[in-house]
Amino acid sequence: MPHPWIFLTAFIVGGLICVIGQLMLDLTKLTPAHVMTILVVSGAILDGLGWYDPLIQFAGAGATVPITSFGNALVHGAMAEAQQYGIIGLITGIFEVTSAGISAAIVFGFLTALIARARG
Amino acid sequence: MSIQLGNRQKQYQQFLKGRQPSRPFFRNSIRAFLAGGTTCLLGQGIQELFVHFFHMSEKMAGNPTVAILIMISALLTGLGVYDIFSQWAGAGSAVPVTGFANAITSAALEHKTEGYVVGIGSNMFKIAGPVIVFGVVAAFFVGLARYIILHI
Repeated sequence: MPHPWIFLTAFIVGGLICVIGQLMLDLTKLTPAHVMTILVVSGAILDGLGWYDPLIQFAGAGATVPITSFGNALVHGAMAEAQQYGIIGLITGIFEVTSAGISAAIVFGFLTALIARARG
Repeated sequence: MSIQLGNRQKQYQQFLKGRQPSRPFFRNSIRAFLAGGTTCLLGQGIQELFVHFFHMSEKMAGNPTVAILIMISALLTGLGVYDIFSQWAGAGSAVPVTGFANAITSAALEHKTEGYVVGIGSNMFKIAGPVIVFGVVAAFFVGLARYIILHI
């Protein structure tokens, strides 16, 4: 069970991760693509250090909704399969957990493109 | 910048300095905080719905939650609402997973006129691609490092 303050911590932690992204955009000359890439790689490294799971415990969706969790989930999938099948599991397992995000984005993105018209 | 600047370019850089508007990073950060926080709050709400009505564990509910958020984001992108939102929210709309879906959907929409295969198919990951490429490469090496540490 999550703690009763989970909605508050989700709001604050999720907001703060977005502030980090915004400050990288505003205070450096990094492009949005660079900032997103840095955040994803950070998520992967944080999970490698074992720090991302405690953050999810603390902040719930505040940690699983930002793009950093994509890096975390990639490492999780790879590690879980590697534990079962040895080193080849790193390759076979990498998309195990993130399948929901990528599949949903492709399917719904495609369907939207079929129906909607480009604007602007 | 690795390009050698000539004298005139240097003068121009000097000229530009002080004339560029400073970015209102404080206001932008507040907006990013509010928008990003609200998106995560919405995610937490959806996650609790999955826990209560489908009797999933918190961990299991994370994946369908992301899928629902992505569906909402793709829909709002199609309606042109997400772009208005991102004008206001900046990174607050780009950093959550909804921004990832927006990048994919808007790239697909933009190239729709070039055809389904060559337009939508080829360009869908034009913006979101780097995130996947670097995420996967990083995850591979992080996983490899952990595997070696755990098993040797």
